[in-house]
Amino acid sequence: MAGEGPRSLRSELNRTVQREVLTLLVNGERHELYLPVHRTLLEVLREDLGLTGTKHGCELGECGTCTVLVGGRPILSCLSLPVQLAGREITTIEGLASGPRLDPLQDAFKELGAAQCGYCTPGMLLAARALLNQNPHPSRDEIGEALSGNLCRCTGYLKIAEAVELAAGR
Amino acid sequence: MTVEKQFGAVGKPLARADGDAKVRGQAIYADDLVLPRMLHCKVLRSPHPHARILSIDTSAARRIPGVAAVITGEELPIRFGILPVTQDEAALELEKVRYVGEPVAAVAAVDEETAAAACDAIRVEYEVLRSVMTIEDALRPPAEEPIQAYTRRAGDNIHRLVAYEFGDVEAGFERAAHVREDAYFFQGNTHLPMEQHSAVAEYVGGRLTLWSSTQVVHYVHRALARVLELPMNRIRVIGTVHGGGFGGKTDPFSHEIVVARLAMLTGRPVKCTLTREEVFYTHRGRHPVVMWVRTGVDREGRITAMHFRSALDGGAYGSYGVASVFYTGTLQTVTYAIPAYRFEGCRVFTNKPPCGPKRGHGTPQPRFAVEMHLEKIAREIGMDPVELKRRNFVRPFSRAVNWLRITTCGLEECTEKVLAASGYRERVRKPGEGMGFAISAYMSGAGTAIYWNDMPHSEVQIKVDRTGATLYCGAMDIGQGSDTVLTTVAAEELGLQPSDIRLVTADTDLTPIDLGSYSSRVTFMAGNAALEAARRMRDLLVQAVAERMGVADLEEIDVGDGMIGQFSFEAACELATARFGALSTTGSYRPPRIGGPFKGSGVGPSPAYSYSAAVVAVEADARTGVVAVKRVWIAHDIGRSINPLLVLGQVEGGVYMGLGEALMEEQAFRKGLHKWPSMLDYKSLTFNEMPPIETFLVETVDPEGPYGAKEAGQGPLLPVIPAVNLAVHDALGIWIEETPITPEKVLKALDLKSKGKMPRIGPKSFPAIPYSDLIVVEPPDPNDMRVGAELEEAFPAGPRVR
Repeated sequence: MAGEGPRSLRSELNRTVQREVLTLLVNGERHELYLPVHRTLLEVLREDLGLTGTKHGCELGECGTCTVLVGGRPILSCLSLPVQLAGREITTIEGLASGPRLDPLQDAFKELGAAQCGYCTPGMLLAARALLNQNPHPSRDEIGEALSGNLCRCTGYLKIAEAVELAAGR
Repeated sequence: MTVEKQFGAVGKPLARADGDAKVRGQAIYADDLVLPRMLHCKVLRSPHPHARILSIDTSAARRIPGVAAVITGEELPIRFGILPVTQDEAALELEKVRYVGEPVAAVAAVDEETAAAACDAIRVEYEVLRSVMTIEDALRPPAEEPIQAYTRRAGDNIHRLVAYEFGDVEAGFERAAHVREDAYFFQGNTHLPMEQHSAVAEYVGGRLTLWSSTQVVHYVHRALARVLELPMNRIRVIGTVHGGGFGGKTDPFSHEIVVARLAMLTGRPVKCTLTREEVFYTHRGRHPVVMWVRTGVDREGRITAMHFRSALDGGAYGSYGVASVFYTGTLQTVTYAIPAYRFEGCRVFTNKPPCGPKRGHGTPQPRFAVEMHLEKIAREIGMDPVELKRRNFVRPFSRAVNWLRITTCGLEECTEKVLAASGYRERVRKPGEGMGFAISAYMSGAGTAIYWNDMPHSEVQIKVDRTGATLYCGAMDIGQGSDTVLTTVAAEELGLQPSDIRLVTADTDLTPIDLGSYSSRVTFMAGNAALEAARRMRDLLVQAVAERMGVADLEEIDVGDGMIGQFSFEAACELATARFGALSTTGSYRPPRIGGPFKGSGVGPSPAYSYSAAVVAVEADARTGVVAVKRVWIAHDIGRSINPLLVLGQVEGGVYMGLGEALMEEQAFRKGLHKWPSMLDYKSLTFNEMPPIETFLVETVDPEGPYGAKEAGQGPLLPVIPAVNLAVHDALGIWIEETPITPEKVLKALDLKSKGKMPRIGPKSFPAIPYSDLIVVEPPDPNDMRVGAELEEAFPAGPRVR
């Protein structure tokens, strides 16, 4: 909490912040950015690129809400630094659909009510996409294992699992 | 049933109204909002659980470049609170802090890091006071000053005492063949919504706009007007897409008021998003409750009397606490028929974040206690526990001993479904495997408003022109799907598809007042208001079409499939606009006055109660103490499913949350600090722990619900917790009479068992509490279904009360 937490990050304000120019490839678009090196991918996506579809639940790597894909694999954007990802292919929820055409997972989530409040949905969808890319027909246990790092408080996970199965079957 | 076939949209598992935006990442939540020149706010919070504020020096913070404003309680001196009787909170505390994490000062700066650095630079001098951390502590005379100055008897930490008796309890115990008493403890836990609270304020042209992730725009509106001393017409509150509430965003909050004041001071938009740690300290979640219950039964296992006591650990402020105390007592009687009932409740203040409403508000605790307690009674008298419970189920269309009116009740059918599907009776007994059965009831919206008024609880407007139909409602979709319920109701009446209906919700400038999304009230109350508004609109369209078609009998005009009679909806709109002018209709819903005619009857009445029954199967490992839930069968009396997909979602989500409370969720403190204020350490179920659920929806078609619908958001959580616990007993022969059932407790109980001691973990006793004098209320005739004026005229002086 403010006033109680470690001061190391804040004292950084008094030092010269190291910045770097880098190119990020997000949803197929190239972005030239000049960024403080400590800025997280989550912050850059939401605040610098306006991609607010990526959500955050803890910013400590605990809830999976901020999951995006890098090179097709799920990562926690709150724990990732863009300086490590220059040139890599980053996919956010905004890049999951091809224009008006939804990813089969998005269709299935819609149809089955797998998104209630919808806040964990972007991270859940991307983690599920990574799973289906690796394993097009996962068992219920494999779905659970792949998505166990993504917390959801609304659904009890069941409709999400059913939606992944529905999408896999199509 | 043939009736079902008459519906167009109702009863179909149609996709949610907001699904597309949510799966595309296009839904805009509060923290997604970015306005030009927007500042960021951080709040400085108390590091002490109880301390007097001697001085606050903000001068160094103000000098930091990029800081636009620093405020303390001097800028926000007026206190507020959700209940009119407890206006005890300050947006920023100036006199003394009462829990760790309490807001003391706030900064608006160009970015969050600068605002946080400025908070660090604020110097607050505290005089630390002795803190009160437990219910037992709070019941002792305070060593120093009490936490709140307004307690019932000045100088103590008892917030509220209530004591009621309905029927002759002593006579009931005297005629009982068997009497038993037990004590239970339900640990506190928190909502843990995935979205952290967030609010953005803007002040332009003397008008304030606040966007917030709130469950009730109307209550935030009221609190802002009070604290900022602005007329309500100068304030607009907009509920943004909501990332999960579960009751946790139902109070007006400090950060909402703070960003508003900062926006007024700086002339720039200001945003505040809480960190996850701040969300844990903001809390307002489930009260820890110690309970004691004594019940008498006759030879047939029928309850002759019940005496129930509760003591709630309220944390430092009132919040919804006065209602919470009542809720631990009042709903016992709408589950089981109790001919004589005494309830004594108590809420104390402690130096911890305030507790408030969480899914099931005040009811999961007594449900846990009573279900366990009745099971023990049944075993003692050698009766099958399910049979004993069954013999005591409330009857449909009856009046409970504390005057609560019960309409439809599907308990029998719910019980039958889960027993049959789970094979509960035929289960093969193996060590380490067990099943538990429990039931519950819950309200479809509170029958009385939070602040006393005679106005409707829900209001809806519908506007139709040749571009289509738009529905305006103050309710907030918090994920439960209320937007979809509203569009479905309007579509049903206007002969359209739900996706044809445009919706404007939760915006105090545009939508008529609704008491918001809590208390499981939206489908029932806003749904009924929408039904009335839509039927009135349909009447206008039908009349215009009938006149054009030269049909005298309006009943002959069919509405459906986008047609009104032989005209398309759009053509009918043109006819009706030409005939009547601008087309706008309204609908309102006010619950009937159903409470008993005595003081204190306001908490508990609801126009209808939902019912649930559950069987839980567990595997409990005697070596590690780990309990794994293998499967849950749950049946829920929903009245009618307006959209079964949404209802299933609510039931499954409720079961999930109940399992978490039963097995792991714990909001606990050490010296005023939260033991685990992070999503890793505060344990909740992941995909891996979630068992399969078999859900049965029972439709009893309530006479007063929209199309017969009742609630689904809260009730299904309630039976899960005792059912898990009873399953653990079934598996290992131990009694864990406090939540959650951690492996440590299981092992400790097994250790007791192996030593030949009573294998029970739970409170040893119930504290001595100076309950107030009993208010003794004459019970009603159980067949008296009268409500409102009819009931009041029958009892002009109220029932006999002594």
